[in-house]
Amino acid sequence: MIEPNELEHQIAIERKLYEQKEYQDLVKKIKPKVPVLRNIIGAFLVGGTICLIGQIILDGFIAWGLTARAAIGSTAAVMIFLGSLATGLGIYDNLAKFAGAGSIVPITGFANSIVAPALEFKSEGYVFGLSSKMFLVAGPVLTFGFIVSVIIGLIYYLIP
Amino acid sequence: MTYILAFVVGGLICVIGQLIIDLTPAKITAAHVLVGYVTGGAVLSALGLYQPLVDLAGAGATIPVSGFGHSLAQGAIEAARTRGLMGALSGGIEATALGVATAVVFGYVFAVVFRPTG
Amino acid sequence: MTAPKRIGKQTVAFANPPVIIGRATVVGPKEGKGPLKDYYDLIAEDPYFNADTWEKAEYKFFEKAVQLAVEKANLTMDDLNYFLAGDLTNQIISATFTARGVPVPYLGLYGACSTMYEGLALGAMLVDGGFADYVLAGVSSHYSTAERQFRFPTEQGVQRNLSSQWTVTGSAALVLAAQGQGPKVTHATVGKIVDLGVTDNTDMGAAMAPAAFDTIKQHLEDTGREPDYYDLIVTGDLARIGHRLVQALAEKQGLDLSKNYTDCGLLVYDPSQDVHAGGSGCACSGVVTAGFLLQEMEAGRYQRILGLGTGALHSPISSQQGESVPGIAHAVAIEL
Repeated sequence: MIEPNELEHQIAIERKLYEQKEYQDLVKKIKPKVPVLRNIIGAFLVGGTICLIGQIILDGFIAWGLTARAAIGSTAAVMIFLGSLATGLGIYDNLAKFAGAGSIVPITGFANSIVAPALEFKSEGYVFGLSSKMFLVAGPVLTFGFIVSVIIGLIYYLIP
Repeated sequence: MTYILAFVVGGLICVIGQLIIDLTPAKITAAHVLVGYVTGGAVLSALGLYQPLVDLAGAGATIPVSGFGHSLAQGAIEAARTRGLMGALSGGIEATALGVATAVVFGYVFAVVFRPTG
Repeated sequence: MTAPKRIGKQTVAFANPPVIIGRATVVGPKEGKGPLKDYYDLIAEDPYFNADTWEKAEYKFFEKAVQLAVEKANLTMDDLNYFLAGDLTNQIISATFTARGVPVPYLGLYGACSTMYEGLALGAMLVDGGFADYVLAGVSSHYSTAERQFRFPTEQGVQRNLSSQWTVTGSAALVLAAQGQGPKVTHATVGKIVDLGVTDNTDMGAAMAPAAFDTIKQHLEDTGREPDYYDLIVTGDLARIGHRLVQALAEKQGLDLSKNYTDCGLLVYDPSQDVHAGGSGCACSGVVTAGFLLQEMEAGRYQRILGLGTGALHSPISSQQGESVPGIAHAVAIEL
C-alpha cells in the first residue's frame, strides 16, 4: 500500500533522478573526448624509454658481476634515485603531462609519488608534514603489496 | 634484442595503465593504478605467470611497479619454503627492502634539499 | 509583509545603488602573461611572492590587493565599516590572515569560487541598507594551495583531464560606497544550491553550470529583463565545458545566450597557456571583474554587465566519500 503523499514523494525523487540523468548525458555530449591514441603513444614511448634505461643499468650491474637478483634490486634503487631527483628538480611533473601512465607505472613514478607530497608538505614540518605525507600514495601501495605478499607466503607455506 | 624487448614490453605495460586511467571514471587515479599494478604483479607472479615475462623482457618487466609486486611474491614464496611461517610473513618485505629503503631515504633527502616549483 | 527592495523570488533591487569606488588586482606570473595582462595593478614575478610557503604567498597577494584598493579609493583603512572576504583554503585562512591587517569589522565568507560575488552582493546590501558607508570585499586563490588541498601535490606526475581547470593565482579587492563616481551595483540575485549529481571533481564547470543557468534565468525573470538588456553576461569560472553547458541549457529553455555571454575562466588565460578547460578559483572571477570588466565599464565600453560568481561547494573529504558537487551562483548587475 502506497500512501498518496508517499507517491508524490516518489514521483519527486524519480523526477530528480531523471533530471540528473538528462543533464549528465548532456555533459557527456559536450565534454571533449579523451585523446586515447595520443595518450597511448606518449605512455608507450616514455614508459618504454624508462625501461630501456633500466635495462642498460641492469646489464651494467650484471657485467660488473652482480647476480641477476641483486642486479634487479640495484637497478630499481638507481631508478628510484633518478625518479626522486627528477621530481626534486621539478622535471617529472612536466614529463608526466606528455607521458601519463608511462611515467606513473615505472618504479620512477613510485619514487615521484613519494617525493612530490614530501616536498609539498615540508612547510608543515618534518614530522607531520614531510615524513607523514610522503606516504600519501606510497602508503597504500606498500600496504596492499605487503598484505598480498604475506597472503601468498602463507598459501605457499600451507600448501607445499 | 634485449633492449628492444625491454622497450616494447615496458612500453606496453605502461599502455595498459594508460588505458585504465583513460577508459575508467575519473575516480581511478594514479594512486589506484600503482596499487593495482603492485597487487596484480604479485598475484601473477604467485601463479607463475610473471617470471616468463621477466625472462623475456628483463627491465621491461622489472622496472614497472608490477615488477615490485613480483619481487614481493617471489620473496614470500622462497622464504616460506626455506624458513616456514616466519619466512612467509617476512619474505616479501625482505626481498623489497632495498627498494623501499632507497625510496624513503632519497624521498626524504630530496624533499629537504629542493623546494616545490608549483 | 513585503520587504520593499525585493523583486521576484531571489533578487534585490538597490534603492540607492552602491558605487564601486576602488578596485585592485594582484596576480601571479602565469596570469601576468595572459590576455588581460594590461588590466592588472600588480603582476608578481614569482608565485611565492617572496614568501616561504604557498599559503603565506597567497595572503601576501591578498594583503597587497586590499592595500591598493583602499588607496585607489582615496580612503584609509579606518574609513571602512566592514571587510568581507574569503578564499579557498581550509578555514579561509588567507582571508583571515589578511584581515589581521585590516582593523575593521570582518566577516569571513565561504562560497568557494563564487566568493567575490557573494561579497559584492552582501556588501551592496550593507551599504544600501544604511549599515555602512564603505565596505571592502576581497578574495584570493593560489594554484599551489588549491591544488594540493583539493587534488594532488603540484610535483606529482599526473596527467590533467581535458575538463580540468587551472586555479588563478592572485587576489582582487573592491571598495563599495554609498556615494561616489564609478559603476554601480543595481541588483543582486543570490543563488540557491543546484546539484545535478556530478561527482567528477576534475570537472567543476559541469558541476556549476546548472547553478549558473538557474541564477541567470531567475535574475531575468525577477527583473523582467531580456538577456540582451546586458552588454555582457559573465559567469565566474565555468571555463570551456561549463560555458557550453550553460548555453545548451539556455537553448533548451528558449533563452538566447549565444551573443553576449562569456566566462571569466575563458578570458583570463590564452588557450596556449596549457590550462585545459580554462581558469578557476576565487581570484578568477575576482581579477577579471575588478581588473578587466570594471575598467572597460569605466572607459565606457560596457554600460551594463551581469556578473556571476560560480562556486563548487565540495570538500576533499566529500569528494573522497563519493558525494556529488553542489553548485552555486550569485549574480550582480553592474551598471553605469
